[in-house]
Amino acid sequence: MRIAYIAAQLSVVFWLAAQAAPAFEVEDRQFYPAAPQRSVLKIISTADLEAFDPIIRGFQAAQPGVAVDYTVAGTSDLMQAIYSEEAVFDLAISSAMDLQTKLANDGFAQPYLSPAAAGLPVWATWRNQLFGFTQESAVLIVSDAFFADPAEIPENRDALISLLRNNPARFQGRVGTYDLRSSGLGYLFATQDSRNSDSYWRLMEVMGRLDAQLYCCSGEMIKDVASGKLALAYNVLGSYAAAQLETTAGFQIIEMNDFVNVMLRTALIPVGAENLPDARNMIDFLMTMNTRPELVAQSGLPAIDAGSFQANSALRPIRFGPGLLVFLDQMKQRNFLRNWESSLVQE
Amino acid sequence: MSGRGSIRRRLFFQLVGVAALLSLAFFLVVRALAEQAAEGTQDDILTASATAIADSLNSEDRGVTLELPYSALSMLATINDDRVFYRVVANQETLTGYDDLPLPKELPRLGTPVFATFAYRGEEVRAVSVIRPVGPATDITEVIVTVAQTRAGLAAISRRITTTATGIGLGFFLLATALSLWAANTALAPIARITGSVTRRGPKELRPVVADPPTELVPLVDALNSFMARLRASLYQTENFITEAAHRVRTPLATVRAQAEVTYRKLNKPEHKKAIREMIRAIDESARSAGQMLDHAMVTFRADSLTRDRLDLNVLMAEVCDRLAPTADLKDITIHRVTSEGPAMFEGDGILVQAALQNILDNAIKYSSEDKEIVVRVTVSDMLYLAVTDQGRGFGDVDKSSLTLRFTRGSNVEGIVGSGLGLAIASEVGRAHGGRLEITQNPEGAGACVSLILPRS
Repeated sequence: MRIAYIAAQLSVVFWLAAQAAPAFEVEDRQFYPAAPQRSVLKIISTADLEAFDPIIRGFQAAQPGVAVDYTVAGTSDLMQAIYSEEAVFDLAISSAMDLQTKLANDGFAQPYLSPAAAGLPVWATWRNQLFGFTQESAVLIVSDAFFADPAEIPENRDALISLLRNNPARFQGRVGTYDLRSSGLGYLFATQDSRNSDSYWRLMEVMGRLDAQLYCCSGEMIKDVASGKLALAYNVLGSYAAAQLETTAGFQIIEMNDFVNVMLRTALIPVGAENLPDARNMIDFLMTMNTRPELVAQSGLPAIDAGSFQANSALRPIRFGPGLLVFLDQMKQRNFLRNWESSLVQE
Repeated sequence: MSGRGSIRRRLFFQLVGVAALLSLAFFLVVRALAEQAAEGTQDDILTASATAIADSLNSEDRGVTLELPYSALSMLATINDDRVFYRVVANQETLTGYDDLPLPKELPRLGTPVFATFAYRGEEVRAVSVIRPVGPATDITEVIVTVAQTRAGLAAISRRITTTATGIGLGFFLLATALSLWAANTALAPIARITGSVTRRGPKELRPVVADPPTELVPLVDALNSFMARLRASLYQTENFITEAAHRVRTPLATVRAQAEVTYRKLNKPEHKKAIREMIRAIDESARSAGQMLDHAMVTFRADSLTRDRLDLNVLMAEVCDRLAPTADLKDITIHRVTSEGPAMFEGDGILVQAALQNILDNAIKYSSEDKEIVVRVTVSDMLYLAVTDQGRGFGDVDKSSLTLRFTRGSNVEGIVGSGLGLAIASEVGRAHGGRLEITQNPEGAGACVSLILPRS
């Protein structure tokens, strides 16, 4: 048993050595061996290892003999890995719906008629190439240290803007949000915000004046808010925040009541995939997350639940479709980032 | 409905063939129109998208800029989840979009988009290109906007339309088939009606058909009626001929026989007398044979179209016995007549039954020796029986049933003139009336018993 484990570890080392050094940045990597090993499923994902670990183990329990090689990369790196470098992965899982849509639209995904898709609403899949399996909202998190009075906590964007505008000294350097230049998910949330409401640009102006801190990832924003370094962080991934809240105190999660963008974490099978059967099994496994509450609890990734949108009308699922390509237009993206920089990064 | 000449089948298949052609034409036209409409819809949406993009072009200091409108691409999702590509080109340079998307072969003119269909990134796409001049009048830049979309949605619509058109076409065809069957049957109904009216007729019924036929069948019915008229005339002639022939043959023979007898009496020399006797014998034989042949022909003819008169068998029996009494007297044979207690009524042709009785009785006389007795008895039970019992030589040991065949005689007929037609005639008459002829040995000793059995009425 121990020898098998060492052998597996060694094989990973050799395998890594055999691969050309990837130009995209790998944040984390974990090999889940299987004994006896029938096949290897190579996944590139933007989901943190802690969040995805229970899912992989659950998958391995359901499909014994499948080793999983799990690579974590940022949304833009994942896009680059599949789009430009055509790195070999059997499955690409990303929270950036727009980038995934572009991959599918431009012909980098292959179709699969998943039998599990029948159990989900039609908007959860696109072209039988993109498979949404979680619904995660963009939320505001506020530090308990800064908001002793619950009545002060803003419930919508207008309230947030006036709070920040009226207390510049209190929030100076104490607000955080995504750096759109490095985070695909942050860009997706920002562009959807700008589509939904003009208040987004006013909010960015105010945050810019308060010398907002910019982050690559939700995890660090949550950490800084929980520790009291930040008073609040805007457009944080709600699923990560909720998972963090179970172990860390010191902050609250606010779902705005004007509107809440809801992102679907999606999986696609790249055209260059080598292990199709396992990739398809994994998609079927992910698409049936809503029937495995224990997995949802362990991973902290909420499964798709069409009923929640009827219960809370402020929730706005981001829809698949060519519309998502608009903000990826080179010129549009350049303009958007220029506007964003001029609002937020006022140097 | 069998045979290669079935009008109904031909009519049916011709109608069905026409229906199939019409269904096919309907299917093709509907599909062509619907696909044209679907393609037109895609072209319209693509044009709207390209125009929306072109309208968002601006001229700035840095050159032409584009603020790609969200709706320009999202509107393309209305048809289906099709892939979308676009390209904006100014001065041969790609401003934004997919820089490998082919440019239109011919430049679009203002207000006239150019459409093209080609393969791009592994799929067939429909592309539209519009042109828009951007910038101040002194420095106009012609910008070409191309928007392309895959045609999976169109294919899906086309499949749906094809399915619907197939369903409707098939339904139309089935309905037309059913109607064709009905039409073919209806068109041929008068033929069945006329056939029925002809089939139901009795054997002697040769009246013209009076059913009111459709115009197309008038010549056929006329021909049929004319044929029946000729047949009726021909039958009438045959009947006349038989009667005439019987008369013409029998009368001269009787004359010749009478003359021969006169001559016989005048002759003295025994050898001359013997010769004449031989002659008279031959004449008798000829007369008998001719009579029987004509009887037989008459029976065959009359049995085909039997007259049904109500007759008493006792009366007929008496007439025949009267007629043959002289012949019997010549041989000193006594004929005993035993009539039934009441009348023995039956329905039939008196001439035929008389002919049958005459032949039976004639046979009995012929095969009886002199001084013998013949009993003719009519009895009535569930059938009518007319039994002629003689004390002659009987039929020997031949099969009794073969005696009723034509030209068959008993095995012990040496020295007696006969044609073998007599019992055949009687048997046929019995059969024609639904009865039969029964031949047995005389139960009271030597001789035969021949019974004509007829159903009573």
